[in-house]
Order: sequence, then C-alpha cells, then structure tokens
Amino acid sequence: MSNVRKAKHGWILTLVFTLISIAYIMPIVIVLMNSLKRKIFISNRPFALPDAKSFVGIENYINGIQKTDFFRAFGYTLFITVGSVFVIVLCTSMCAWYISRVKSKWTTGIYYLFAFSMIVPFQMVMFTLSKIADMLHLGNPVGIIIVYLGFGAGLAVFMFCGFVRSIPLEIEESAMIDGCNPIQTYFKIVFPVMKPTAISVAILETMWVWNDYLLPYLVLKINKYKTIQIAIQYLKGGYGAIDMGAMMAMIVLAIIPIIVFYGVCQKYIIEGVISGAVKG
Amino acid sequence: MEKAIKKYFPIFALPTLLAFTIGFVIPFVLGVYLSFCEFTTVTDSTFVGLKNYIRIWGDKTFIHALWYTSLFTVASVITINVLAFLVAMLLTKGIRGTNAFRTVFFMPNLIGGIILGYIWQLIFNGILLHFNRTLTYSSAYGFFGLLILMNWQQIGYMMIIYVAGIQNIPGELIEAAKIDGATNRQLLRHVTIPMVMPSITICTFLTLTNAFKLYDQNLALTAGEPSNKSELLALNIYNTFYGRTGWEGVGQAKAVIFFLAVAAIALIQLKLTRSKEVQA
Repeated sequence: MSNVRKAKHGWILTLVFTLISIAYIMPIVIVLMNSLKRKIFISNRPFALPDAKSFVGIENYINGIQKTDFFRAFGYTLFITVGSVFVIVLCTSMCAWYISRVKSKWTTGIYYLFAFSMIVPFQMVMFTLSKIADMLHLGNPVGIIIVYLGFGAGLAVFMFCGFVRSIPLEIEESAMIDGCNPIQTYFKIVFPVMKPTAISVAILETMWVWNDYLLPYLVLKINKYKTIQIAIQYLKGGYGAIDMGAMMAMIVLAIIPIIVFYGVCQKYIIEGVISGAVKG
Repeated sequence: MEKAIKKYFPIFALPTLLAFTIGFVIPFVLGVYLSFCEFTTVTDSTFVGLKNYIRIWGDKTFIHALWYTSLFTVASVITINVLAFLVAMLLTKGIRGTNAFRTVFFMPNLIGGIILGYIWQLIFNGILLHFNRTLTYSSAYGFFGLLILMNWQQIGYMMIIYVAGIQNIPGELIEAAKIDGATNRQLLRHVTIPMVMPSITICTFLTLTNAFKLYDQNLALTAGEPSNKSELLALNIYNTFYGRTGWEGVGQAKAVIFFLAVAAIALIQLKLTRSKEVQA
C-alpha cells in the first residue's frame, strides 16, 4: 500500500519538477530567441517567436562581435582565468603547506590574516588596490594575475590549510629521510594527496575570476583590455541606450562556453561547491 | 623537518605573501587611513579626522541604500534558503530525473552577474510592457526583480549544499524516529533540521554575504534607477567614489563602515547558527 502511494507520488513530483525545470531555463531560451530578431521587435515583443518579419538571421551576432570585439575579450578572459587559477592553486597550496608545517608566531599570524581577508568586501580596497596596481603597472592581463593571487589568496590558503592538517606527518618525514628535499617532497608526495582540494579551489576560483566584473574593470587599462563581462557592460552606451540585438547575441555567445565547461566538469563543480562550503 | 622546510621560505611562501601584500594588506591599511583623509589620488591626501564619517550621515542616498540593502538581504536570505531547502528535500526522495533537475537548477550560478542582470532586464521589461511601464519606473520593481534574479541564481547552489547535508543523515536515525512513531512533521523538526544545521549555517552565511555585497546584478539590472532609489550599498559606494568629485574620502569612509557591517553580520550569524549545531 505505502509503496504504491510512494510511486504515484514520485510520478507527480517528476512531472512538477519537469515543468519547473522548463520554466527555469526559459529566460535563456527567450534570450536565444531574441538574439535572432530585429532590434525593434526585441523591445516591443520580447516573448514572440521570430517570424518572417522580425527574423534577421545572424545579423545581431555579426554586429555584436564587431562592436564588442568579442573574440579578443574572450581571449583575454580565458588567459586571465586560466593564468590566475593556475597561479593561485600552485602558489597558495605551497604557501599553505609552509605555514602549516613551520609553526611559529609569524605563520600563525599570517594564517589568521588570510582568514580575515575572506570577509573583507572588495569595495573596501577597490580604490587603493586599483591605484597601487596602476603604480606597479599591473593593468594588463599578466599583471592582473598577481592582483588575483593577492586578493584571492584568503579562501584558497584557508581551504588548503584545512586539508594539510589531515595529512599524516610520517609520510613526509619518511620521504625527507629517504633524501628528498622539501621541493621534491612537496611535488611528489604532498601535492598529489591534495589533488581533491586543488580541484575544489580551482573550480571556485574559476567561477569567480571568469565572471568577475569590478576588479578587472578597475585594474585593467580599460581602453586596451576588456574581459567578456566588461565588453557586455560597454554595450550599454551613455544615457542608458542599449543595442538590444547585439546585447542578446553577446549574452548567448558568453553563455555557450559556460555550458560547455559545465557539461565537461559538472561532477567536479558540484563536488567543489560542496567541499568549499564545508571548509569555508 | 621543520628546519629543512624553513630554508625554502622564498620558494614556498614568498610569492603568495608578496602578492597578498600588494593585493590585500597595503590596500586595506591604506584604505583605512584614507577614510580619515581628503584626497583625489593616493598621494595628495590631507588628514581630516572624522570629517568623512560625519559627512556620510548627511548623505540621504546612503541612508536609503542602507535600508534598501538590509531589506533586500533579509528577503533574499529567507526566500533562497526556504526554497533551496524545499527543493533539496524533494530531490532526495529518489524520484526519476533527479540528476537532470539538479543540473538545471545549478546552471544559472555559472553565469556572471552582469549577464544575469541583462537577461532579467529583458524578461521584466517584457512583462511590464503590458502595463506601459519599465523596470526603472519604481524602486519596488527593482527590488522584486533583483530578488527573483538572486533566487534564480542561487537556489541551485544552496540546494546542492542542502542535498549533501540531508544525505549525510544516518539512515538509522530516521528509521528509529519512525519506529518511535514520529510524524513527517516531527521528523523534519526534530531530526532533519537539527542534523543539517551545518548546511544551514553555511547557506545562510553565503546568501547573507552575497546579498549584502551584491554589485554586478544591481548595476546591470537597474543601475540604481530611478534616481538612486534601487541602489544597493556596494553600488552606492562605487558611485560616491567615481561619480562625485570631492567625495572620495566619504566613499572610503562608507567602505570602512560597509566592511565593519559585513564582518559583524557574518560573525554574529556564524555564532548564532553554530550554537544550534548538534552531533549525531
């Protein structure tokens, strides 16, 4: 009896969730639909399907790509994201191992400083940080990686430290007795063990850097380097006038790589979010 | 071993510490100092004591943003967590299509705030078109628009964390409660909720800080229109810095207050919910 009821219940739930899921992806479908329509039809009839009168093919895409220099922005965003995430994972994991293994007042203090930096909102440092980055000529895609390492170090060091504490000292000691120097010990023994945390950190930092708007906007030399987020915001001209056609097309282009990334790494993304939540 | 590692300080810890100094420590300290100064750049500051902090309270837009942000934070923390928890409960019953639903719900998280803002601007303006209005007609539209947007973005993320929490509850515990004759409601109140308290702690923490620090979505959706009435704190601080000459010091002072508020809220919340956590 109860089994029958449960099965029936499950079927209804599946139906309900199917409907909700369809509604959930509707906003993106609507944007996709509008990216194929003439500008005037986007603002006047946003929910209508493209028809013979409103359909413009890929005109919005061509127009948008020219206006935003989209592929350049894509290249910069990719370079900055991959570079920053690689540097953050490598440097902060080494730093976390060092401050966990060398116990002193200094390293404990530094650890708390990293933890403290996690609750400081970007607005607190945005003005001074952008001025300092400017003075040190960090306003380019390579320099901004240093800024990301600095401002993003808190969470990463914190997560790695949490994991290092669970690694038994004996493994490292025996490696050192066998003649490994700390660098060999780190790359042959410690880092492979930390791989799950490294993946979590990489996922969380990727989601942050790829989508970040204000930090690159303030740090980069904006007339030379624009990331995707900045390029899209720039479509909104002065006095709030927006080329809706180009906007819709660029949103679609910006979402495609995200969906590909999500499709390939879904398992890691979900695990990364969970372990990030537990340790953060 | 400690001594051996210590010698490798320049390789392991120095790069991160240098970047952290540039990207966080100096901007933070300088930021606190500048909040007591009048300046237009970092180098021409003159000390004016508490003047900036006094000027803040004469700025009506800031007081409004403070209220608007607090209200928005409360509303979004409650709605996101209740809905995410509900979805997590329903999606741990083992119904068909669970994985597909999770995939769909999580997806909006990967999209950047600027893009999210423009997607929903299209949708809301499309709906309001029927009433001959736009999103910037009243600050209430901006408020509920942003609330829906944030729910759409974050329910999936929080749901993932709640699902992990619910799946961690030992099966025997629920069995035992059922044998003792607990109703579904009692089960929820006395077993499930206390057992997922760590997830609740982390999800309220994340939604709270995300809402309070929200910037990108606010900028893209309404940019504070009409006349700064839908402006959240982060955007208000940005506009004080970069939109009004002579107000840089006040902007920095606002940023310090903003930081203190974020820190206080985060610590109080952690303390409150942590105290309700139980062991199995």
